[in-house]
Amino acid sequence: MKYYDKLVFELSQPGRTAFSLPENRFPSAGKLPSALCRGEAPSLPQVSEPDVVRHYTNLSQMNFGVDSGFYPLGSCTMKYNPKINEEVASLPGFAGLHPLMGEKSATGAVKVYEELEKELAEITGMDRFTFAPCAGAHGELTGLMIMRQYHLSRGDSGRTKVIVPDSAHGTNPASAAVCGLEVVQVKSLENGRIDVEALKPLLDSSVAGIMMTNPNTLGLFETQIKTIAELVHGVGGLLYYDGANMNPLMGVVRPGDMGFDIMHLNLHKTFSTPHGGGGPGSGPVGVKAYLAPCLKEIKVSGFQGNFAVMLRALAYLLSLGKQHIREVGQYSTLNANYIKECLKDVYLLPIEGVCKHEFVFDGLINDGAKEGVPGASTLDVAKRLLDYGFHAPTIYFPLLFHQALMIEPTETESKETMDAFISVMRKIAAEAAEDPALLHDAPHNTPITRPDETTAARNPVLIHPQ
Amino acid sequence: MARSPYIPHTDADISAMLEKIGVKDLDALYSDVPQEFLRKEPCDLPDALSEQEIREYFACLAAQNANLKVFVGQGAYDHYTPSVIPYLTSRSEFITAYTPYQCEISQGTLRYIFEYQSMICRLTGLDISNASLYDGATAAAEAMMMLIACTRKKTTVLLSEALLPQVREVVKTYAKFHGVKIGFIPADGGETSLDALKEALHSGEVAGAIVPSVNRFGIVENHEGFAQALHDAGALLVEYCDPSALAVVKSPAEWDADIAVGDGQPLGLPLSYGGPYVGFMAVKKDHMRKMPGRIVGQTTDKEGRRVFVLTLQAREQHIRREKATSNICSNESLMALWATIYLSLMGPEGLVKLNEICSDGAHYLKEELLKTGLFEDLFPAKPFLKEFVLKTSVEGLQAKLEKAGFFAALPTEEGYVSFCVTEKRSKEETDLLVKAVKEA
Repeated sequence: MKYYDKLVFELSQPGRTAFSLPENRFPSAGKLPSALCRGEAPSLPQVSEPDVVRHYTNLSQMNFGVDSGFYPLGSCTMKYNPKINEEVASLPGFAGLHPLMGEKSATGAVKVYEELEKELAEITGMDRFTFAPCAGAHGELTGLMIMRQYHLSRGDSGRTKVIVPDSAHGTNPASAAVCGLEVVQVKSLENGRIDVEALKPLLDSSVAGIMMTNPNTLGLFETQIKTIAELVHGVGGLLYYDGANMNPLMGVVRPGDMGFDIMHLNLHKTFSTPHGGGGPGSGPVGVKAYLAPCLKEIKVSGFQGNFAVMLRALAYLLSLGKQHIREVGQYSTLNANYIKECLKDVYLLPIEGVCKHEFVFDGLINDGAKEGVPGASTLDVAKRLLDYGFHAPTIYFPLLFHQALMIEPTETESKETMDAFISVMRKIAAEAAEDPALLHDAPHNTPITRPDETTAARNPVLIHPQ
Repeated sequence: MARSPYIPHTDADISAMLEKIGVKDLDALYSDVPQEFLRKEPCDLPDALSEQEIREYFACLAAQNANLKVFVGQGAYDHYTPSVIPYLTSRSEFITAYTPYQCEISQGTLRYIFEYQSMICRLTGLDISNASLYDGATAAAEAMMMLIACTRKKTTVLLSEALLPQVREVVKTYAKFHGVKIGFIPADGGETSLDALKEALHSGEVAGAIVPSVNRFGIVENHEGFAQALHDAGALLVEYCDPSALAVVKSPAEWDADIAVGDGQPLGLPLSYGGPYVGFMAVKKDHMRKMPGRIVGQTTDKEGRRVFVLTLQAREQHIRREKATSNICSNESLMALWATIYLSLMGPEGLVKLNEICSDGAHYLKEELLKTGLFEDLFPAKPFLKEFVLKTSVEGLQAKLEKAGFFAALPTEEGYVSFCVTEKRSKEETDLLVKAVKEA
């Protein structure tokens, strides 16, 4: 990767153009009344087509994607994105379809939704899906709306609380707040699982439901799920499943069988659609049959959701079929356990036992701290990994540990790749023990070095000046 | 049987890894899952398809969709996509990256988001833009929640009835659960009524109003006096805009709006049956810290070089958790790149010319349709660009035109029929549509 400094505005020269429009063969309709006209045209770049192509190619070369290398970003399921899916998503017969066309004109697209719904229902144990949500957090919000709508439709308006474990993704409490629910936190036990005894006193008729991730954000299966489901259902609450961690359960366990009533899936995680540098995603929400009437009452996006993402997800599912679906769950779990076992003598593993698709270390066992020299932190380890050509794991999440380092390899990584990662992680641990300062200054081999984030937030420069 | 082509494990790898972990087989990795929850039977899914079969499967489905000439907008516009855009956005360094958490290896993403933010500000005339939202309708919903957060103790947000129905529905859904009252401003003579807005402000409960810059009848609205009336009542003005039309119509800043939102789809994004699109939001400086979503800012690295980072994160859901006023995390980054490249290619001149072609085409179609005697012009004096509505005496016109190969004359909630002409529609196609109308 090389540093490239330009912004497209800096390539601009008055009079240079890159547009190619058909000749206007219509009679002139004249101009808008001046009271409605913009003073002057917006100051957009004036560049040529080759300028544009070279500029964005240069920008891309400062980026790291799954196709560049190993991306063990916990909770994000950075698996390989199959290329046939991209081809399918750009077929003109789908790309040119207007969202308001009736079902008769969009028969093929309707079949895509039907087939995808059928397959997701089989995988999750849910009955019906809405595909409108455009991302995971959007799915959470939609699911909570369904939960509230259900209670309200039964005249049960006093259910204003939702229970969220302290290990939850940040979006869980935020989605609950946006949905007008009060968040009640339930703590985890030392073994990383929900404390059922602490849950019991929180349960009453004011509880709309509980939001859970299983396996949870530590990558641990919530072994008490059956009891939790009975307790929550017992007071009339519903169980919401955050599908961000669905990958290890693919083909092995169904959330619907564990007692969950509502769930979302991240098609951009579990179902291999690319993350696009932060979207587009897709967060379809599945419900048990008795909640299906509530789906109709809730409109959360302009049209039918991110259809081109559904196309990719369906292509992926068709490639797996009944023969391979289980491999996703099993090998993602195998890979995570392998890395964990190979590194737990140098990184602190706070909770022993098998994990699912991911696990969390609580920093280095020996961070190299000496008198006057602070030890190497999780941030330092993450930055040093970049020097060795790997993306960093998720850091400082979950909040249960101070030096959290959350590693999720996914099933599409080979043993060789993981062995290379393991050996670099061990090397970094050795470097930390010897000379933590080397890590404080990392990364050294990337297009830029560590940024001044304080100044960025204190004196925000958020646009290029005109 | 061979494993999935996306899974690299050999039998030898699996044995070695199991041995290192200290378990006897793959099933043992699920020993913590209660037996009753483990699937006994294989998934009831179709047989795995080869890549060749997948290609055929989707080609067959795509062919089942009608190949209609699109003469409808209503929130999704059939503009041309320059070939440079899919070429560049499909570069794997862009498309297979996650959110730019590690800025040292994400300067590509961070830079184009900074460019995108700058372009949205230049189009709207406002000071600050976020890194994108899901779509236009959810951007309006975020604006609704932001209005409440910006104006303490106000309970109500007003929506113009001239906003697209899907935008009103999504805002209403969010408002219902967020505990916000929604009031409606009627559209008199095809335009959001200033008198009705002033009337609604008397309650003192209004946090702000969301009004369309170009409305669902295609009419370019005159918002003279809107900001003044709202600001006098301690409320804010939100303009819902078509970013493509902003090249020629008065900008949100020129109407003294506080917030601008809309859908970036008209910036060359494919129709794709409704998504992915990209929602945008820009605000005046004063509201920066209440704006939802990610923001990229400029700073320097240790060597003093100009670099870009995610900033002002104290506003965001992962920090605020249960105190958050927005939960957005993933947005539509790649579609923001799509719009950024589009705007770079079009430039100011291209975007103005594009508006001219569409407007000329729409005016021509409207004239020709009126000449048939089958239509009535409800708003003859109102200015419009690429979209317009008419009243018609022809029953089931949309269905009849569909048989002739056109997607046109989409009924509105009032029973008018809506048309739209983009630069992709030639004069010949437009004449053929008029001919089909005559024969309908």
